[in-house]
This record gives sequence, C-alpha cells and structure tokens, in this order.
Amino acid sequence: MSQVTMTVNGKTATGDVEGRTLLVHFLRDELQLTGTHVGCDTSQCGACVVHVDGKAVKSCTMLAAEADGASVETIEAQAADDGTLNVVQQAFQDHHGLQCGFCTPGMVMSATALLKENPKPTEAEIRHYLEGNICRCTGYHNIVKSIMAASGQDVDSIAAEVAAQ
Amino acid sequence: MPKDGGIGASTKRREDVRFLSGTGNYTDDINLHNQTYVHFLRSDVAHGRIKSIDTTVASAMPGVVRIFTGADFEGVGSVPCGWEITDRFGEKMQEPAHPVLAQGKVHHVGDQICAVVAETLEQARDAAEAIEVDIEELPAVVDMKKALEEGSPKVHDDLTSNLCFDWGFVEENKAAVEEAFQNAAHVTTLELVNNRLIANPMEPRVAVGDFNRGTGDHTLYTTSQNPHVIRLLMGAFVLGIPEHKLRVVAPDVGGGFGTKIFHYAEEAFCTFAAKAINRPVKWTSTRSEAFMSDAHGRDHVSTIQLALDADNNFTALRTDTYANMGAYLSTFAPSVPTWLHGTLMAGNYKTPLVYVNVKAVFTNTVPVDAYRGAGRPEATYQLERVVDKAALELGVDPVALRRQNFITEFPYQTPVAVEYDTGDYNATMDKLTQVADFAGFAARRAESEAKGKLRGFGVNCYIEACGIAPSNLVGQLGARAGLYESATVRVNATGGLTVMTGSHSHGQGHETAFPQVIADMIGIDASMIEIEHGDTDKAPMGMGTYGSRSLAVGGSAMVRATEKIINKAKKIAAHLMEASEGDVELKDGQFSVAGTDKSVAWGDVTLAAYVPHNYPLEDIEPGLEETAFYDPANFTYPSGAYCCEVEVDPETGKVTVERFAAADDFGNVVNPMIVSGQVHGGIAQGIGQALLEGAAYDENGQLLTGSYMDYAMPRASDLPFYTVDHSCQTPCTHNPLGVKGCGEAGAIGSPPAVVNAVIDALRSAGQDITHIDMPLSPARVWAAMNNA
Ligand code: FES
Ligand code: FES
Repeated sequence: MSQVTMTVNGKTATGDVEGRTLLVHFLRDELQLTGTHVGCDTSQCGACVVHVDGKAVKSCTMLAAEADGASVETIEAQAADDGTLNVVQQAFQDHHGLQCGFCTPGMVMSATALLKENPKPTEAEIRHYLEGNICRCTGYHNIVKSIMAASGQDVDSIAAEVAAQ
Repeated sequence: MPKDGGIGASTKRREDVRFLSGTGNYTDDINLHNQTYVHFLRSDVAHGRIKSIDTTVASAMPGVVRIFTGADFEGVGSVPCGWEITDRFGEKMQEPAHPVLAQGKVHHVGDQICAVVAETLEQARDAAEAIEVDIEELPAVVDMKKALEEGSPKVHDDLTSNLCFDWGFVEENKAAVEEAFQNAAHVTTLELVNNRLIANPMEPRVAVGDFNRGTGDHTLYTTSQNPHVIRLLMGAFVLGIPEHKLRVVAPDVGGGFGTKIFHYAEEAFCTFAAKAINRPVKWTSTRSEAFMSDAHGRDHVSTIQLALDADNNFTALRTDTYANMGAYLSTFAPSVPTWLHGTLMAGNYKTPLVYVNVKAVFTNTVPVDAYRGAGRPEATYQLERVVDKAALELGVDPVALRRQNFITEFPYQTPVAVEYDTGDYNATMDKLTQVADFAGFAARRAESEAKGKLRGFGVNCYIEACGIAPSNLVGQLGARAGLYESATVRVNATGGLTVMTGSHSHGQGHETAFPQVIADMIGIDASMIEIEHGDTDKAPMGMGTYGSRSLAVGGSAMVRATEKIINKAKKIAAHLMEASEGDVELKDGQFSVAGTDKSVAWGDVTLAAYVPHNYPLEDIEPGLEETAFYDPANFTYPSGAYCCEVEVDPETGKVTVERFAAADDFGNVVNPMIVSGQVHGGIAQGIGQALLEGAAYDENGQLLTGSYMDYAMPRASDLPFYTVDHSCQTPCTHNPLGVKGCGEAGAIGSPPAVVNAVIDALRSAGQDITHIDMPLSPARVWAAMNNA
C-alpha cells in the first residue's frame, strides 16, 4: 500500500492504494465517483475515459499511483453546481446521443477533449476520434450528431429523418 | 402537431440528465456494508471430468472467507429452462441439468467450477489461482452436424444423444410442400450460416446478493431486463425461496439486447452464498468473463428452398436448420429457433405452403439464446437472401419479385399459424424507394466506379412478431410462463402520479415515453408522472422487457390502469359537481359537465380522494390507485423495407456501408425521436453481424474471440448516418395504443440488405458470386472474388 494524492474535480483526494490499483478503481471504489464506468478489460471500450491534466485518458490503463500529483476531471464535474448541463452534455440530451447511458460518461469526456483540440470537427474526424469509444446502443448516429451540434454546426440537414407526424 | 409531452412528441429524455452527469445507479455502483467479493474459477477446457478439487492452500490465503464447489450445491435446484419444445414425433425435448457450480463435469470453456469469496476482489482472484483442479479432458463437440453423428462424444452423459429436439412446422403441411416442389417451374436453393454473435451490452453483468438473518429476507441486485422473471425462476426452481422473501432489483441497466433476460448461475450463487456466509456477496463480470458466460446469439446453419411457378409466384418454401443450443438450455433458448423463427417464415409474402425443420443441438460451447430479434433475424435473413437469389436466377428485378408476391390484404392468415392484423408492404417499399433514392443509384455507382470501387445496392423486407405474447397461446407452444404485463398507477393526493410497471428500461427511454401516454389520457403535463420499474418490491408481477413488447404490452397495461383511474375520478368529480357520472367529461386535466359551466380540476379530485370529507364514501372507497394486467390478444407485426448501398474495394475485399435507409411501419408512434434511436441501434448491430462480428471456436471448443481484440464490435468509423422513416403507420388493431414495437426491427431488417448489396457489387464486376457467409470480412470477400 502506498499513499496517493491528486486533485479530482478541483478537490484534493488522498488514499491508500496497492501498486496494482487502477485509476478507474480508485475513482469508483475509493472516491465513490461511480460515473466513470468499466466496460472491458482490454482497454478497448472507452467507458472509463476521464481527463488527466487536461488530456483524455482511459482510466483503466493508468495506475492510481501514476496519477499521483495529477489533476483529474471526471463526468461528475461537467455540469454546473446547480446541475445545469454543459454544452456537450446538453447536446447529447437534445439529440438523443445516449440510450442506456453506460458508454455516455466516456463519450462525453472524449467529445469534450476532441472539441478542445478541434473546435469544428467534421463527421469523419469525429468518427475517427471515437475509435476508442464503443457504444452498443445508438449506432453512433446521434452521438456524432450531438458532437457536431455541440460544436455549433448545423445538424438539421444530416441524413433525412422523416418524423412520424 | 402533438402537444409537447404527449403522444407523438419527440420529448427529450428525462433519464439522460442522470446518465449525462454520472449519477446513474448501475448495479456495479451498489456497494453494501460488510460486502464480500466473489471470483469464479472457470473451466479452461470445453469438456472434461473433474477428478479432484483441492482448496486447502487457497482457503488459507489472506482474506478468503469461503470457497464453494459443486458439492455445496448438491440438493440445490438446477438453473431452469423456461420453454419446453415438443418435437415432430410428439416427444419432449432433452433437457440437461445446469448446476450453479459444475457437478462432475465441465461442459464449455467458462463453465463455473469453484467460487472464491473473499474480503477483496484481488484476494479472491489470488486465491482462485491457488486452487488445484484436476480435470480429465474429454473430446469436445463443436460442429453441430458432427455432434449428431453416430459415435460422436456426448455433451451430457445422461442424455441419449446431442439432439435436443427435431422440430417440424407445420408438420401436417410437409407432404403438400414436397408436392409443390415437384410441380415447381423453378426452385432456388441456398445454404447459409447465421453467424454466432455475442450481444455485448456495454455494461457487463453484475450480481449482489444480500441476506437479512433477522427477517429471513433475501435481496438480489442484478443487471436484468426482467427482475420478476429472475425472482420466479431463481426463487422457485433453484433456491426454493418463496417470492415474498425474495426481492430482486434491477436498477439502471447498461443495455441488454436479450442477453440480460436470462437467469444466470452467478445470480443464484450470490443469493445463496450471502445467506451461507451471512454477508453480502458481489460479483462483477469482467468483459473476458462475459464473452464466455453471457448467452450467445444466432448460430444457425440452414438450407432454404423456394419454389416458384412459371409466373414467378412463390408456391412453397422449405427450410432445414441446425440450431446451436450450446452446452445447457438457457432460459428461452428452445423458443428461439422454433416459435420465434418458424412462424415468421412466410415473411411479407403470400407463399401458401411452408415447412420448417429445426434440429437443436448440444455442443461444448456457451449456451445460445435470444439476441436482439431472436429467431426473427434468422428467418428474415434466410428468406430475404433466397428471394434475392431467385431474382438473380430468373433475371428479374428483386424489388419487383417481392412486390409481386406481397401480402396485400389484412387480416392475413399465414400458413405458419400466425395471423397478421395490419400492414402495407407496398407503402413501406414506396417510401423506401423515395427516402433511399433508388433513382440516384446509377449515378452513385458511376462515381464509385470512377474511384476504382465497386458499388452495390441491396434491398430487403421484413416482418416480425412482437408484443410478446398471448399467454394461452404460448402456453400451448411450451412456454412455462405467462407473457402479460402489469402496471400500477398510483395517483398522489396533490395530483402527481407514480406508475409502477413490470416493463424494464435499459436504454429504451420508458421513463420519458410512458408518461407521454398517460399525460395525453388525463390532459396533464408529463412532468407530473414518474415511472418506477426494476424492483419486485414496488411493481406488481411483470414479465419485463424483450421482444419489442414494452409499449405494446406494458403500455397497454398502463392504459388499462389509467382508464380505471379516470373512471373512478369521474365518479368523484360527479359527486363534487353534483352531476350525474355519465355527463362528466375529462379534458386537459379538467372535469366538466357537458352543457354547463361546472368544472373541477384534476387536483381537486385527487385531493378529495385522499381527504374524503365531501366524498361518496357509501359508493366508493377513498384513494386513487389502480392495477391492471394486460394479456395481449395477438402478436403485433411491425414490418418494413430496408436498403443498403456498399462500396467494395476490389483490391482488398473491404466493404464500406455508404448509405443505409429504413422505412418501417411500427403502427402508432409515441416518441419519434426514441423510435428513430432504436432503429439506428438495431441497424448498427445488423451491419455488425453482416460485416464484422462473429464468435468463433476452434475444434477443441476454445473460444477464439474472447475479447474486443478478436471480436469486432462496430465502431463509429464503421458506420454511416442512417436515413430512417416511420411515417407509414398501419396501427395495430388489438392493443389500445395501436403500437407494434420498434426495438428489434433494425437488427432484423438490416443483415440481408447488406449482404444483398455486397453480392450486387461483386456481380457488377462480372463475378458469378451468389452468396458469401456473414461476416463479410475483407478476407472472405477477397477469397470469393479470387476463388481462393
Ligand atoms: S474500461 Fe477502459 S477501455 Fe474499457
Ligand atoms: S448508450 Fe448504451 S452503450 Fe452507448
């Protein structure tokens, strides 16, 4: 056991971890930040994406000890204190970019990192960037649309969706 | 236009707020005081006899609470199967025991041998490595046809063979079908494989068992699509716990797609062990475990034949299928290749004679059960591929051949038992022609060819049977359960409603869509209505969510309960307005008396129900709470037409889906946004099946696709935007909402369109290719093109 200290969502967090404890388990089990999910054990699904020092990281690929001293941001800190969703979160709700919600925290954290790097990504750039995030529910259509909308692009013209009424 | 919040509005989902802010409550987020962790030691051989298990060293390791083996489960029930098939000869299916922990033998890679319960998960895992298990490996059976050969090793020693059942449908039609084939002007034959898939909801399965010694109450938190079904199966058949002492909670569930319908041994283990050690026991599946313990889907090998007359009318259809059951019978496994498959073989066509034979086979592989569509994708794939092949052989347009044979009059009694109530297959095909822009294909093909790519165009139709299902009918067909749904509508004193439903939402958006229905009925804002689901202590006995049944069956129960509420509320309102009950109308949340200016608000009536000072107590009870159980009169029959356009790289065989369009008829639609989302997800899974996904075993029964490194899940870059339309609506005639269900259509309707498109692309380059088995990987396509 060794002690780690990091800033998580703006607050100092300290805990004892085993050498093999992954960051995702430190967040979920020690800090009760259960918004970050675990969807695989081969670093393929992206359900666990958080930001470490401003960069999107799969928190299942990083040891808690490696994050010692770092600044970590998770899905729990994305909305305002009064619960108001941020632009990316709101776009996901507006455009039905989630169904079961399990991949969603990772998607939102990845999308946020993408928009920081590339404020107006094309459809192809978004699809390429999401290489490491699997969603089994949405078929990605509305996720890509949500991210385009969050970046201020007009999404009404995307593939005709003839509504029922 | 529908008013916001009512039927027909694309109301934004309220559940999204918690999912988007990381405050969902999934089973793995639940941790109980004094909780322990279990790790299952699983078989790494497909078939073997357990000679000895030595837990001496492991038991003494740090943190180990107790190690369980099969011996601890002697006298405990077997994990049950919920459906019994009677075969062509009137014999019952063979049904092997499925112990919670292996007894004597292991039957597939991943079968549970021991369970180590420890203070931490790491300690449980470490101790499991120290257990010494001596297994005598036995020859495994993997291939279904070989499994049925004389002298093949038997998966289960106590069964007579590896044949679970040999089912014929409709057996009485067999001779007439043979005769029709003898008289046919043309017969098209196609052999095909419906590839084995793994559902892969993104949330792995989790179970947390808890026991209260003081009260004798058991609680199981589990990732389930149907907590009441788990309570019944586990309580009554495995552990012998009566339902009033067992609570099953399925909180937020991260996708199901069928694989979370079934009762699994791990759930029974955690419930059992929590009592045995008097502490909570938690199991969280890793993804690797999920690959070898979640029920798989599909895995059919079929030969289908279509007979046509000289005018290209379909005269008969016959199909022979081998259906893999895996090593044990999972909860609904026997129903999938039979009643959910054979009854769909008429498809959208007026083929007068159909005969379906299905041999269900045990192999040393993970059990196979329902996966999104369950039987219906297998039927649709066979049918829509053989029709395309017939069109090729006859040199006719595949769309025209379909239209010529469409059923056009409803209700329509098929030759495979079911009666379609409504549909309009020409309307969905017309709509598809427009939204998929059939007319522009030639230009798009020319563009692709200019880039050195082959472009193909594939169309198919589908029909499915949803809204599962009339209980008396399924009882005759072998179901060991009823398939009604329940709802309790509790009106609170100040007018808000809490609705407890047996349907379970794990991505479908019930918490948003269900209130839209009630809001419309009463004329109040949808935000006044809250949906509770997933807890057997709250909702009345319900059968859960699968088979695109939630709105058609669960929604109907909710409508019936709300009707009872409105009837009672009208009595109260009549009393308050001193009017006769028959004159009271309810509109926009206001009760009024026709022809007068008397009115009382919804809230006045609900308050009177709970503060009954001025109240007809001699006639009606106080309170406003009603329950209804709805048992459907028939299945519902969503239908549609799908179109896929692909590009094939002739150098590599790589297929890309360039365009995909769907024109569906779901009957009435409550929330178009949610319906479109369901179709998108289904299409992605269908394209995944057609191009990417496939679970593979080697001849020794080792699972070759055991992680996301080897099992190709569709990623964002594998898929295009989809065009989806559900404006063709022929409402269901037998449920109060006129809805048909939309959850599975995408996965049912899309694989044949993709394969038809790839075959079309290859043929456009002069290749004489009529079929390639899914998944159409670059290697397979390239091999087909190069006769390799
Ligand atoms: S849990 Fe981290 S990538 Fe899957
Ligand atoms: S919303 Fe369910 S996995 Fe993406």
